[in-house]
Amino acid sequence: MTDPGARNGFARAAERLGLRVYAMVQDLGSIFTLFLQFLSWVVRPPSEIRNIVKQMEEVGVRSMPVVLVTATFTGMVLALQSYSGFQRFGATSLVGSVVGLSITRELGPVFAGLMVSGRVGAAMAAELGTMKVTEQIDALVTLATNPVKYLVVPRVVAATLVLPVLVIFADLVGILGGYFVSVYLMGANPYVYVAKTYQYLEFKDIYTGLIKASVFGMLIALISCHHGFIAEGGAEGVGRATTRAVVASSMMVLISDYFMTSFMF
Amino acid sequence: MIEIRGLSKRFGKKVVLDGLDLTVPKGKNTVVIGGSGTGKSVLIKCVVGLLRPDAGQILIAGEDITKMDERELVRVRRKFGMLFQGSALFDSLDVGDNVAFALRRLKAYPERHILEAVEEKLSMVGLRDIQRLMPAELSGGMKKRVGLARAIASEPDILLYDEPTTGLDPIMADVINDLIVSLRESLGVTSIAITHDMASAYKIADYIAMLYKGRIIEVGTPAEIRGTANPVVRQFVEGRAQGPITAENEEFVRFVRKADEAERKEESR
Repeated sequence: MTDPGARNGFARAAERLGLRVYAMVQDLGSIFTLFLQFLSWVVRPPSEIRNIVKQMEEVGVRSMPVVLVTATFTGMVLALQSYSGFQRFGATSLVGSVVGLSITRELGPVFAGLMVSGRVGAAMAAELGTMKVTEQIDALVTLATNPVKYLVVPRVVAATLVLPVLVIFADLVGILGGYFVSVYLMGANPYVYVAKTYQYLEFKDIYTGLIKASVFGMLIALISCHHGFIAEGGAEGVGRATTRAVVASSMMVLISDYFMTSFMF
Repeated sequence: MIEIRGLSKRFGKKVVLDGLDLTVPKGKNTVVIGGSGTGKSVLIKCVVGLLRPDAGQILIAGEDITKMDERELVRVRRKFGMLFQGSALFDSLDVGDNVAFALRRLKAYPERHILEAVEEKLSMVGLRDIQRLMPAELSGGMKKRVGLARAIASEPDILLYDEPTTGLDPIMADVINDLIVSLRESLGVTSIAITHDMASAYKIADYIAMLYKGRIIEVGTPAEIRGTANPVVRQFVEGRAQGPITAENEEFVRFVRKADEAERKEESR
């Protein structure tokens, strides 16, 4: 840094931007390190089966209502929008295909990922952050327990396994939501609608969506655990960590979604 | 038992420990005293391997832990029990599971043995029939005692106490002091306690060491420390506001104020 008096507005802004970028790269690096640690601990005994099941309940069962509601309304609004849009060029028979493809390929996984980022990511970051600032994580270490093994492994494994399950249900209710709006509100022919949904939907559309969901689950858990682990400075620090975890994991869901889509199709 | 040589640790530009030497004899209780923010906690966290020092050696029963990788450290840490300042009980587990934590993780004992051990350790700290309570339901003093029971559960050779009496009323503080003394006598453990509570230090210590500016400036029995000639140590143990420690602080405060003013001038420019 040069003499502080000599800095002008532009230099200061550039410096601030640089620091931001530096912090972001640092974050990415530590998340990747955490991922490597996760890989090395996940295979080592003792197994954390009990904790994994507990986390699966937390991530899966407890997130089910919010994911179902989101997916239903997404399917419904999608049917509504595409119906009025397709009317303009007389292609309303394709609404079923559009809803089916969009939900399974894109909207089911992404909306489930975003809802889980908010619900589960916040909970993980807050819990681990509180454990960090109250020295419970240090206590784990002194009790001959690796925090990554005890805290991160169960969360990441649970989120990775459970998100695809959530998305299967999201796909189902999303398509059903679209069906109800089209058939009962828009007066579409139910047989044509179902036939068109099946006609263009391939198995690949569904399983690529599930793979995406699995990656989202892993990213959300890793990012949220990381932000919990680096929390410091009491209750305020935990709050900051929680916010960061939710923002970062939501962004990562959307960013990774783009790249996965471009690779898979 | 524990031998610390030339220990240095800094955070950014701030040098916290600066070539610290300390020998902790076996079966004795050594109390490290020093003001807030002088690096007492850093010292104790280096000893248990929670922080990596920048330089120096820490010999535990002849083995240098600063050179160890994580897996070897796990083995050495089994010799340790640590009582944290805020007790650091796991909120999501009840008292019984907290105390049993290390025993269950090691998977070396049958469950029946673990439950007996938990009861025994809790009774050693004067508690009974609270296994099913959650940490949030306990008072500060009870938390400390449960934390102590958890620290001794796996029968460590070395106990570390981080400010054992801070935040407790004088009576409860004395209960904890008595417990620390009786644990040393009944278990024969080597221990390091860090504190700024002199009443507690005099009561539990076999040796007192004063930490100042990143080094141990004096070590002695409680009687020797009480009659010390070192002005810095004397100011601390007598708890006076005037003396060499604060004189330097005031200089520091003046320096910070000056820097602040310069900053403000620059901002307004």
